[in-house]
Amino acid sequence: MSNILDSMPRLPVADLTENVMDWLTDSFSPLFNFFQKGGKSAMEFITEMLIAVPPIIFIIIVALIAFFATRRKFGLAVFTLVGLLFIYNQGLWEELMNTITLVIFASIIAIIIGVPIGILMSKSSVAEQIIKPILDFMQTMPGFVYLIPAVAFFGIGVVPGVFASVIFALPPTVRFTNLGIRQVPRELVEAADSYGSTGWQKLIKVELPLAKSTIMAGINQTVLLSLSMVVIASMIGAPGLGREVLSALQRAQVGNGFVAGLSLVIFAIIIDRLTQSLNKKK
Amino acid sequence: MGKIKVENVTKIFGKHINSALKLVEQKKDKTEILKQTGATIGVYDASFTVEEGEIFVIMGLSGSGKSTLVRLLNHLIEPTSGNIYIDGENISKMNKQQLRTIRREKMSMVFQNFGLFPQRTVLENTEYGLEVRGIPKEERRLKAEKALENAGLLPYKDQYPSQLSGGMQQRVGLARALANNPDILLMDEAFSALDPLIRKDMQDELLDLQQKVRKTIIFITHDLNEALRIGDRIALMKDGKIIQIGTGEEILTNPANDYVRTFLEDVDRSKVLTVENAMIRPMSVNIELDGPKVALKRMRDEKVSVLLAVDKKRDYIGYITADDALEASKRGEKSVMNIVRVDMPTVPPDMLIQDVLGIISESPTPVAVVKDRKLVGVLIRGVVIQALSSNSEGVQLVEQYT
Repeated sequence: MSNILDSMPRLPVADLTENVMDWLTDSFSPLFNFFQKGGKSAMEFITEMLIAVPPIIFIIIVALIAFFATRRKFGLAVFTLVGLLFIYNQGLWEELMNTITLVIFASIIAIIIGVPIGILMSKSSVAEQIIKPILDFMQTMPGFVYLIPAVAFFGIGVVPGVFASVIFALPPTVRFTNLGIRQVPRELVEAADSYGSTGWQKLIKVELPLAKSTIMAGINQTVLLSLSMVVIASMIGAPGLGREVLSALQRAQVGNGFVAGLSLVIFAIIIDRLTQSLNKKK
Repeated sequence: MGKIKVENVTKIFGKHINSALKLVEQKKDKTEILKQTGATIGVYDASFTVEEGEIFVIMGLSGSGKSTLVRLLNHLIEPTSGNIYIDGENISKMNKQQLRTIRREKMSMVFQNFGLFPQRTVLENTEYGLEVRGIPKEERRLKAEKALENAGLLPYKDQYPSQLSGGMQQRVGLARALANNPDILLMDEAFSALDPLIRKDMQDELLDLQQKVRKTIIFITHDLNEALRIGDRIALMKDGKIIQIGTGEEILTNPANDYVRTFLEDVDRSKVLTVENAMIRPMSVNIELDGPKVALKRMRDEKVSVLLAVDKKRDYIGYITADDALEASKRGEKSVMNIVRVDMPTVPPDMLIQDVLGIISESPTPVAVVKDRKLVGVLIRGVVIQALSSNSEGVQLVEQYT
């Protein structure tokens, strides 16, 4: 029996994938180069801007935002204040700024791509049936795997890190946008239609506003996923807190690893609560 | 030429629509089609015409296809076959752009759960129809405020729908529909989600409104009392089929089949029967000809103690009692002129029984039914109560007396 199985030649899936990747890299290298250069300088610019802000002012501003976003409650504001001061105190401020830039870029790109795809899915059941398995694939594939094409396309550095993060973080925004629009009560869709709305009017005036909180929940997930990708992306040279975790791992420095990891957790909690309370706000 | 004309419209949901449609043409019934093809019949070969300015009620229990039917009229649902004409134009053949124009300018819809947009204020909801038409902000604001003012809701214009009661929300729904100034109002169970008292108020308001603005109204309901109260004509639906169309009176007196008859058994008859249905032939004296002796003899013959007094033209004057007639006869008077009493209440024949019950119970005398000053009948307490008590017996009793 095993002979029959062994006699079958191995299907050249890996080779095939490699060939496709090579072809893509060769054919579109000017484009990838452009993205690599443009993206890198844009992100470096943002990071430098963030670093240029005196840390104490930065911390106070974020704490104030937290205070007002949570409707003048002190909990998150105090946590933000203490947490950010701790990160500064541990000498990880520059790394934090790099991480913020990476998360912001990856999230914004994921939203810009994800929301329209979600809208398309909600409007067409055919599109939904095609896109859904692709999203499943994207979410189950281990995040590390995305690093390989990212390196092939963009070399190493922050841009491939963003690329891998976008792919990894995209699905929740797409799914929740689709869900949010499909959950708009039928009667309201009928009301919009019965008054003679065009498709755009219905989308802008009725569906998106009503789906807003669901979409925001998806965006919140996307932001957190892109943050979780930061550590992984540091393996291909993306700067930030992830790189500290990685180097601590490589040198078996438990203490440094813990501090960098804790900083990531603090930052994750702050942006999670912040995006959630923005969503709750009327 | 009707305002809305529906011609052999059928709507089938599900798969195998074509084979189901063939079965419809062969006049197979709903359950058989479901069994053979798996397709569900929403509306089955419906045809009717709605005249301009009419309140046309489509009534049926849930699942009868009435909500589907009203959505076919503005093509929220596309018919599987058949034609729908609005002002003579076939909307089934229109492209999207033409259909939008019809929806924007000719017909507005009011929904069971109000269909108000929760993120918009009352004013923004009211101007929605005008907004999608591209009417400038100032103009649409004025129009929407006018519509809200007519509904008495202007003070609430900056509130959100969730801050209003159900009745008020539906007033907003109606104001939104009217702000568009459409010819046709489609009202899908518009008052069904409201509690009974508010519901009655809204029905009254709708009728008042109809007096003023004369729209063509398609009103969907599952409540026969509501249908009878507001409908000029009623179409009764069952299993997607229209089984009877007629005025409330026609349907009540002449139900098309047993289904309609069982449906009618639930009707609160006081809301349907008019004075005309319950009044009896009046015993009267002519004050210009008859004397007290004639009156007394007539009372003895008919076994009554009161006679209504009329003049030669049978115009209603008042009434005389047996006691008064006896005394006048003793005094030797030749005419009943002097003993006519005038404190008897009068009602018109087309008034609803429910509205005269109070008058009847408070009046010590019977109640005269007067139309154009002529005496046409009399209401006697016992007969009215019998007429209300049980359906068929009551009607027979009334028929005996009239």
